[in-house]
Amino acid sequence: MVNINSKVDQEDICILEISGEIDASSSIHLDNAMKKAVSEGFKKIIVDCDQLEYISSAGLGVFMSYIQEFKNLKISLVLSGLNENVFSVFEILGLDQLLVLEDTVEKAKKKVNENP
Amino acid sequence: MKIHSFNFNCSKNRLKDIRCFVDQALQSYSFTDIEKHKMVLAVDEICANLIIHSHECNPAQNVRLEIKENGNDGIIFEITDKGKTFNVKNYREPKINEIVKAGKKGGVGLLLVKRIMDNVEWSTENDRNICRLYKKIG
Repeated sequence: MVNINSKVDQEDICILEISGEIDASSSIHLDNAMKKAVSEGFKKIIVDCDQLEYISSAGLGVFMSYIQEFKNLKISLVLSGLNENVFSVFEILGLDQLLVLEDTVEKAKKKVNENP
Repeated sequence: MKIHSFNFNCSKNRLKDIRCFVDQALQSYSFTDIEKHKMVLAVDEICANLIIHSHECNPAQNVRLEIKENGNDGIIFEITDKGKTFNVKNYREPKINEIVKAGKKGGVGLLLVKRIMDNVEWSTENDRNICRLYKKIG
């Protein structure tokens, strides 16, 4: 079960707050939230994973599927607040090197303002 | 030999129950929290693949999961079903940069499993497909 809240900050950054677990049954919700942020024209997206307890390959696949598209569209994506367990899953496939990961939303805001 | 067993029907909604079962069964072993988390993930990946690809999410079909001690050496996760057989000979390990370039959403589950576990085996015995995942302790 995953819950995703979307909010926009004063610098026009779309922040997706994820809580719960992303697996093969719930990854569609993450994909839909990402799609919506893109279709609304955001160029800066932060995915706040502070309350994310679990992610499987289905969730990793969603993030992976946007890397190239975001590069082409010059959309900057930063993930923040991954706990140790969740981070270890990104690390297995080297996604910690392909995605931009920050400890906090504040650090992510600084990072997302740099060029994608 | 201690055996933990769990039967589940082929619905993606059962993945949470599967993870809870594995997590609970691993509590008595001296793995670190991260190791346990990764093993839960590996079993989740195999079960999700079976539910989706071998059983097409048919809730009338069932899968059995057993967690056994492998002597003093570690543990074995044994996942048994009667669905469509996974042909390991057709499996080509994906390259992450190619998946990223193509914008694909799937295809890395088994890669995760292979990187987490010490060994992964598939066999067919008496009309049943069995996937065994081996993990050493320490």
